[in-house]
Amino acid sequence: MIEAQSVSKHFGELVAVDQLSFSVGPGEVLGFLGPNGAGKSTTMKMITGFIAPSEGSIRVYGHAVESEPVLCKRQIGYLPEGAPSYAEMTPTSFLAFIADVRGLQGTQRRQRLDYVIERLGLGSVLKQNIETLSKGFKRRVGLAQAVLHDPRVLILDEPTDGLDPNQKHEVRELIRDMSSDKIIIISTHILEEVDAVCTRALIIAQGKLLADDTPDNLAARSPLHNAVSVDLRDNAQACRLKQALGEMEDVADVHLAEGAASLKVLAKPGKTVLESVQKLLAARDWNPESLHVERGRLDEVFRDITGGRPL
Amino acid sequence: MNPVMILLKRELRSYFATPLAYVFIVIFLVLSGSFTFYLGSFYERGQADLAPFFSFHPWLYLFLVPALSMRLWAEERKSGSIELLMTLPVTLFQTVLGKFLAAWAFTGIALALTFPMWLTVNYLGDPDNGAILAAYLGSLLMAGAFLAIGACISATTRNQVVAFIITVVVCFGFLLSGFPMVLDLFRDWAPQVLIDTVSSFSFLSHFASISKGVIDLRDLVYFAAVIITWLAANVLVLDLKKAE
Repeated sequence: MIEAQSVSKHFGELVAVDQLSFSVGPGEVLGFLGPNGAGKSTTMKMITGFIAPSEGSIRVYGHAVESEPVLCKRQIGYLPEGAPSYAEMTPTSFLAFIADVRGLQGTQRRQRLDYVIERLGLGSVLKQNIETLSKGFKRRVGLAQAVLHDPRVLILDEPTDGLDPNQKHEVRELIRDMSSDKIIIISTHILEEVDAVCTRALIIAQGKLLADDTPDNLAARSPLHNAVSVDLRDNAQACRLKQALGEMEDVADVHLAEGAASLKVLAKPGKTVLESVQKLLAARDWNPESLHVERGRLDEVFRDITGGRPL
Repeated sequence: MNPVMILLKRELRSYFATPLAYVFIVIFLVLSGSFTFYLGSFYERGQADLAPFFSFHPWLYLFLVPALSMRLWAEERKSGSIELLMTLPVTLFQTVLGKFLAAWAFTGIALALTFPMWLTVNYLGDPDNGAILAAYLGSLLMAGAFLAIGACISATTRNQVVAFIITVVVCFGFLLSGFPMVLDLFRDWAPQVLIDTVSSFSFLSHFASISKGVIDLRDLVYFAAVIITWLAANVLVLDLKKAE
């Protein structure tokens, strides 16, 4: 369990994090979502004990980060932003160093090393200096370092930044595999990542917590949530359907572009319009090319919540 | 294994993973050798001791040790690895100590590699080996003091060149604090007590007696105190500004 209680961080005049409170339990993958400079990294730095909060307190499994830093740090695996490591070391020596510091010994040490090397596909670069590795490999070395001691808490600052789509997929798989019994916090500004791995998302902007919900519930705040897209074959039919739908109670709005044959039917909050659309189509015996229900777009909600500040 | 030892081992290995270690050792050996024979008139003196060798150590350290210490923390800051280091389950003090001891062990290695000097003087005559050992000890202690100063200053910046220059200046002040050049800065305004205190800080005067083979407890305590004070300051500096 990680509990943050009205945590703030000031850098001089600048308020980087403003009265942030949240708690996360095992099994949750919490996504910190926010524009650049929102305070995501600063919050992570405070949880991992790198910087101290100006106000408020953070507890990791009951231990206060400020008064028992070593106890807390032992339970945390941390990938800092940009995955820093020691350039002149090889992944082998670097991971061996981390294993020593983390107190891994004997067979457990060997097994964990073998596991992370295999899991993150580092086998081919073990003897190369880290500074000569590509960005993707550097990031994977950083991830290997973070998960090496099988920590109860994983804090990953932009874990997939700089990875290609295949590598992104693998890292997300890794996060999902580990998520059952761990607390995982990731920061990202890639919205699809939140959908792909997070069970819960905190939207932060200018240091303030703006939303704390599951990705599905967040998406449901979108005006497009439960909207129905219908693609008919001709414009005349589409126009008539639009007219019919416009009179229905649950329909908030109908979008139809000039001369086009596809409609977007927006539902009023909490209502569904699929059934009405299907009934209307059946009554007229029209066969649409396609018909589907929109889930709502996270990026729209995000822009809405953060006041249009770009990602 | 003790965390300090783990950090020390990593740090020391990284010296040898880059050209730094080799460049440092070669330059140290060449300079200390040539100073001894050319400037120090090793042969002409006709005495079987290593006084000319040791007398140049403070001046060699003045430029070489800051070159070694400048990267200790500044590099960690620059590359961002300080964030990794500070979130590992070790205390700040252990980290500071591990890094310092690694650099100190490294200067110890460089110093030990001057053993041909000792062989030479033993081949040529019959020196007082106890005095030589004492002088080596003194030299190592002085190197430690220089390093502790340099480590602390390195922690204040992310720019290695800045760290180098400031360390040289501060070390120069410590070297010469017993001499008019430094004391004149204080003479006009400071009370006599302060001037006496400053003049007692001189590395040169504390090193002078040890390098002659006289181990005075006061000199040992002095260097130990300098090291401890600057390491404590190092911990403080890091605690105050870790993230910047």
